[in-house]
Amino acid sequence: MNSGKYAMNAETSKWIPRILILISFLFILLMLVTPLTVIMTEAFRAGLKSYWRAVSDPYALKALQLTLLAATTAVVLNTAFGLTAAWAITRFSFKGKGLITTLIDIPFAVSPIIAGLIFILTFGRLSWLHPFLSAHDLKVVFAAPGIVIVTLFVTFPFVAREIIPVLEARGTDEEQAAALMGAGLFAIFRRITFPHIRWALLYSVILCAARAIGEFGAVSVVSGHLRGKTNTLPLHVEILYNEYQFNAAFAVSSLLAFAAIGILTARNIVEFTAKKEEEGHVR
Amino acid sequence: MSPHAKKNIIPGFGLSLGLTISFISLVVLIPMLTLVFQSSALGWSGFWKTVLDPRILASFRVSFLCSFIAALINGVFGLILAWVLARYRFPGRRLIDGLIELPFALPTAVAGISLTALYSDKGWIGEPLARLGLKVAYTPVGIIVALTFITLPFVVRTVQPVLEQLDHVYEEAGRMLGASPTLIFFRVILPEIKPALLTGFALAFARALGEYGSVVFIAGNMPFKTEIAPLMIMIKLEQFNYGEATAVALVMLGASFVIMFIINSIQARSAGFV
Amino acid sequence: MKKINALALGLFVFALSAFGPVPAAPAADVEITNVSYDPTRELYEQYNAAFKKHWKSLKGQEADIVQSHGGSGRQARAVIEGNQADVLTLALAPDITAVEKAGLIKPGWQSEFPLNSAPYTSTIVFLVRKGNPKAIKDWGDLARAGVGVITPNPKTSGGARWNYLAAWAWAHREYKGDEKAVKEYIGKVLRNILVLDTGARGSTNTFVQNGQGDVLLAWENEAFLALAEKAGEFEIATPSLSILAEPPVAVVDEVVEKRGTREIATEYLNFLYSEEGQRLAGKNYYRPSNPDIAKEFASVFNLKLDLITIDDPIFGGWEKAQDLHFKDGGVFDQLYAR
Repeated sequence: MNSGKYAMNAETSKWIPRILILISFLFILLMLVTPLTVIMTEAFRAGLKSYWRAVSDPYALKALQLTLLAATTAVVLNTAFGLTAAWAITRFSFKGKGLITTLIDIPFAVSPIIAGLIFILTFGRLSWLHPFLSAHDLKVVFAAPGIVIVTLFVTFPFVAREIIPVLEARGTDEEQAAALMGAGLFAIFRRITFPHIRWALLYSVILCAARAIGEFGAVSVVSGHLRGKTNTLPLHVEILYNEYQFNAAFAVSSLLAFAAIGILTARNIVEFTAKKEEEGHVR
Repeated sequence: MSPHAKKNIIPGFGLSLGLTISFISLVVLIPMLTLVFQSSALGWSGFWKTVLDPRILASFRVSFLCSFIAALINGVFGLILAWVLARYRFPGRRLIDGLIELPFALPTAVAGISLTALYSDKGWIGEPLARLGLKVAYTPVGIIVALTFITLPFVVRTVQPVLEQLDHVYEEAGRMLGASPTLIFFRVILPEIKPALLTGFALAFARALGEYGSVVFIAGNMPFKTEIAPLMIMIKLEQFNYGEATAVALVMLGASFVIMFIINSIQARSAGFV
Repeated sequence: MKKINALALGLFVFALSAFGPVPAAPAADVEITNVSYDPTRELYEQYNAAFKKHWKSLKGQEADIVQSHGGSGRQARAVIEGNQADVLTLALAPDITAVEKAGLIKPGWQSEFPLNSAPYTSTIVFLVRKGNPKAIKDWGDLARAGVGVITPNPKTSGGARWNYLAAWAWAHREYKGDEKAVKEYIGKVLRNILVLDTGARGSTNTFVQNGQGDVLLAWENEAFLALAEKAGEFEIATPSLSILAEPPVAVVDEVVEKRGTREIATEYLNFLYSEEGQRLAGKNYYRPSNPDIAKEFASVFNLKLDLITIDDPIFGGWEKAQDLHFKDGGVFDQLYAR
């Protein structure tokens, strides 16, 4: 926080920080700000009225709803999973830990196309599960459940990956002590573990939500693009784009960009507050 | 599988590990096995014939090369960004910090569409570049631009926290001994952040390998030149060729698995030293 | 601590909205899904409205039609994999045949509806920039050095297969069946391709929005649509010979039997042949298969254009053409690799 303390010797040039900051600004400008500007200018090019029409279109609203449903489910389940996995991995040592951590990370690196494909092969009409699913009239892929599942898959590592390093760094002494005094699992978690991880958890939840809302590739493979039924907001953008409704496409995109910025601002606040609180503790 | 070494009395081992394993099996393992099962229909010779086909090999080359360069670009600029964000206070810092994760949240198709509009030889950035003789959209350079965008957050976000927590004592000591800033950076700081930097690089590389949505818009998709491996999977699928599609997918998956395993080893090793 | 509560509350509200009330849609008595290909979006938007009225007057029921659009092959694959379509309206017969082979449609679907189950036809034309600066008039011009060609990939796009076959047919006539010359010509055209998108709409966007290339090989309806969208920037060049594209339709037996929607699905496709359906096709730049209605659009379409069909001896039907040209390692791949 205190920049003066670590500032470089006056004579060893003030120009290094300046150049580095300038490079950062230019890089961000080129890579992030200009695409964002394109989205915003195209979105509002046809005026506020047609912007409003695009974002309040019933199909857009249905798509928004499905997107939120998928994101919420993914966040809730991944939080539950992330906490359990982090607990198992950091509080105990056992064989095969490396394999489990790698498996958790896999969805990070799997192409969204492959992610969609594997769920089609697992739950689709050609799968060995199909006779069972069809007999019970269960529709997974090309329906809302499929969208939820691939979103879950794509965002699977986010929570676990954030929590594990934090818990690892904390060590297990406090929990050991609490267990010695006879505290139960839930009490230990709530009283001792949770306070340490809550900021990391919130941060990961926010990232997970952001990624879930924006997912395109995997969802596109399992969606079937049924208008008003299995289109998420990103898919709705693609449809509008393909229908030559460029301004509408960018209007809906801007909605997603706003959501992203909103989420990232929330994240910033979280981080800021967390740091402040931490400093408060130290003092 | 039981807790060993020192006696561990924290409760919940069986419960948490059991839940974790069943969760992983359901979401990751079973679907992956389906994939392996599907491509096994091809047999070994069919599998090799598919993945060694010149056009598929060319697409692997494009994918690996472009992903590597994009990850490298992000390695350099991500490190600079992380450094600047962690060490300096300047107006606009929070703005930059807030924008870093934008590529995670923006749908890849939207990214692809806007980047193509920007970098085609009729776009704001593409036009001046084209006049200088550099065509971006519809060339491998375009693929690199899209992949750099998509994977931008990884290096910054893995290196930044390490830099923030780095103890300044050694730097101070180095400075007092009269070492130049460059020397301090390479001798003191770089070794500390190397694991994080490598992890960020590998994550970016792995993510870039699989990217499809944004790249198809900007790539031009010319066989042997700008065709990426995930697109080959799509093309095989469009021809109802499941076996070959899953064979290509399996190679990609193997690559991701190896990369992820390396990352975890790097992290485990660095954790061991701390 | 207060902030974390506020944030948690925010997340909760956000979650709640996912389960909130659905925007009111009029309750439908019966619903069918039409899985179609890319360029038919505008056509079916209008046609569905007309059909709803028709079904209401026929049966007194409110019908709802769920639309899905995408690349033709990809759409067929989705149906095979479990996307439940009551009717298919795709770009090429082989795509529907693939669904038949997967067991969802009974063999002989092509004779279920009149005219090979093709209620409207189309053809391949050239879209060029205003004033036709590169003077692209016929297929031969595509092989000239310095001409940038935009077409989708025949491997992934139904429309692109028609493009390729039309070029082949022209060359076959031009070089009097000399296969070596034909292949050399096609090879030259392939080398002039600048961008190979996966679908017809992607190509149109590349040509129209992003300004790539000198000529777009496009469905006739797609070309007209681009003209209408961007008036004054493009013109259509009609080659001396092209191909008669017959986008087929079919009822998906497995799905309609399960859902009990056979009657409405059949009527939905039959109504395409009615005068109203045919006129809607014409208005959306598809050539009506009913010759009388087609004449009403004589000012739009070049009805005298020499059109060759896929059953012509040059090709010998879809199955043969598909096998020879488009399968992995087929003529297209060979010519491209050179």
